[in-house]
Amino acid sequence: MTMKNIIIGLILTSTLACAQDKNPKNIENTHEVIVSDINIPWGFTFLPDESMLITEKSGELIHFKNGKKTSIKGLPDIYLRGQGGLLDIILHPDYNNNGWIYLSYSSSEGEGSGGNTTIARAKLKNNSLTNLQVLYKATPNTTKGQHFGSRLIFDDAGYLYFSIGERGNRYENPQDITRDGGKIYRLNDDGSIPNDNPFINNSEAKTAIYSYGHRNPQGMTLHPETRNIWTHEHGPKGGDEINIIEAGKNYGWPVISYGVNYIGTKFTDITKKEGMEQPLHYWDPSIAPSGMAFINSDKYGDWDGNLLVGSLKFQYLDMCTLQNNKVIKEERLLNGLGRVRSVEQGPDGFIYVGIENLGIVKLIRK
Amino acid sequence: MKNVIFLGWFLLLLASCNSNVKKDNRVTQKQDSTGLKASIERGKTVYNDMCVTCHLPNGKGVPKAFPPLADSDYLRENQTQSIKAVKYGMSGEITVNGITYNSTMSPLGLSNEEVADVVNYINNSWGNTIDHFVTPEKVSEL
Repeated sequence: MTMKNIIIGLILTSTLACAQDKNPKNIENTHEVIVSDINIPWGFTFLPDESMLITEKSGELIHFKNGKKTSIKGLPDIYLRGQGGLLDIILHPDYNNNGWIYLSYSSSEGEGSGGNTTIARAKLKNNSLTNLQVLYKATPNTTKGQHFGSRLIFDDAGYLYFSIGERGNRYENPQDITRDGGKIYRLNDDGSIPNDNPFINNSEAKTAIYSYGHRNPQGMTLHPETRNIWTHEHGPKGGDEINIIEAGKNYGWPVISYGVNYIGTKFTDITKKEGMEQPLHYWDPSIAPSGMAFINSDKYGDWDGNLLVGSLKFQYLDMCTLQNNKVIKEERLLNGLGRVRSVEQGPDGFIYVGIENLGIVKLIRK
Repeated sequence: MKNVIFLGWFLLLLASCNSNVKKDNRVTQKQDSTGLKASIERGKTVYNDMCVTCHLPNGKGVPKAFPPLADSDYLRENQTQSIKAVKYGMSGEITVNGITYNSTMSPLGLSNEEVADVVNYINNSWGNTIDHFVTPEKVSEL
């Protein structure tokens, strides 16, 4: 080995060991705290009266109205372990008429010890959930503490999409469509399986699966113009990704990845393979993305159309400027306020951000 | 001479990545009871399932976001609080090696045995030599 190679090696080693995020701080932004004193605001949504429903990961559902928090009763049994708990929450697109609220959480229902991700819907009545219906429960239960996924969205056609992470079982779950975990799923709003789901004719498959080869997607949103489903997922070290989800496609985990194991060892030599999708963007170093929304309003001037992604690890809101489906610029908003868990655009066109140990804040452009 | 320079540079780089290179100078008597060894071994599995995502494989965490467990003054000086954090979760401001953390670690949902195992693993990893054999019984009393 020549001295030059050694030097390059040393530089690479030190760079990786000290990997820091170099995204510049944007100083044109500030915030207003809307809801305070929340530990982990995993998800939140706005009711028609503009009050909010907020999930605390520890298993509390909070209704925030007129500056007052009310704890909602009648929650299902929640399996609290590791990254599991009470997770995302959204409303049915026709909530005004049918009153359905959709929730994701971890549950130990069914056989075997441990738990797995569960999707349910319920109605809100007198500060209590009623008519609770479990729409999907991933199997098998496992005591593994990681990768529950959990994000929920409806598309314009009224299908419900949700993510379930690979539950710490990368070599069995994500590439196997007969198993749960490491997938994006699609259901009808009542939990039945759409008859044009991609694996509907495969008698062995879990037919709710819409795409596979995922690790742990915890951001999902509709693109405001194309109406495509955008997700991001936690990769291993240096392999967080943004993907656009299409029916039946394989997103490659753990066969292809831009990341390495947490301890720095490699688990794959390839980043590309035929039949597997390339990410639209990947983060190295990982930012630990959670929560995802596009700015789609006139409240932020020329930031309209930018993509927002929370960073748990570096504690900021990552504003991605896009051009032809490429991230061409990233900037830090709300830098250093805390670990950003959830991002939503409110009915008033402002962006609201769930920050750990702080609460929900409104993003303001200065 | 060239080699010496590079060696120096390499050490400097290593040191620059290590926010706290001071090692715990306390002389602790290594316990080699098989009970502790087995507990540490089980604790490693728990750690890699439940803790590694934030506190990282080297226990160094991420400054300001996830406090370090390796060479942590907080862990050395607050064993009871630390065990309670693993058992019940933790929230609010703490200072570790001079850096303030104000995050939330939600309850992990571990059994008393898993709590004991993972604390034993942490107490005896990455250069930590915290002489405190934690048992499920002790955890159950907290």
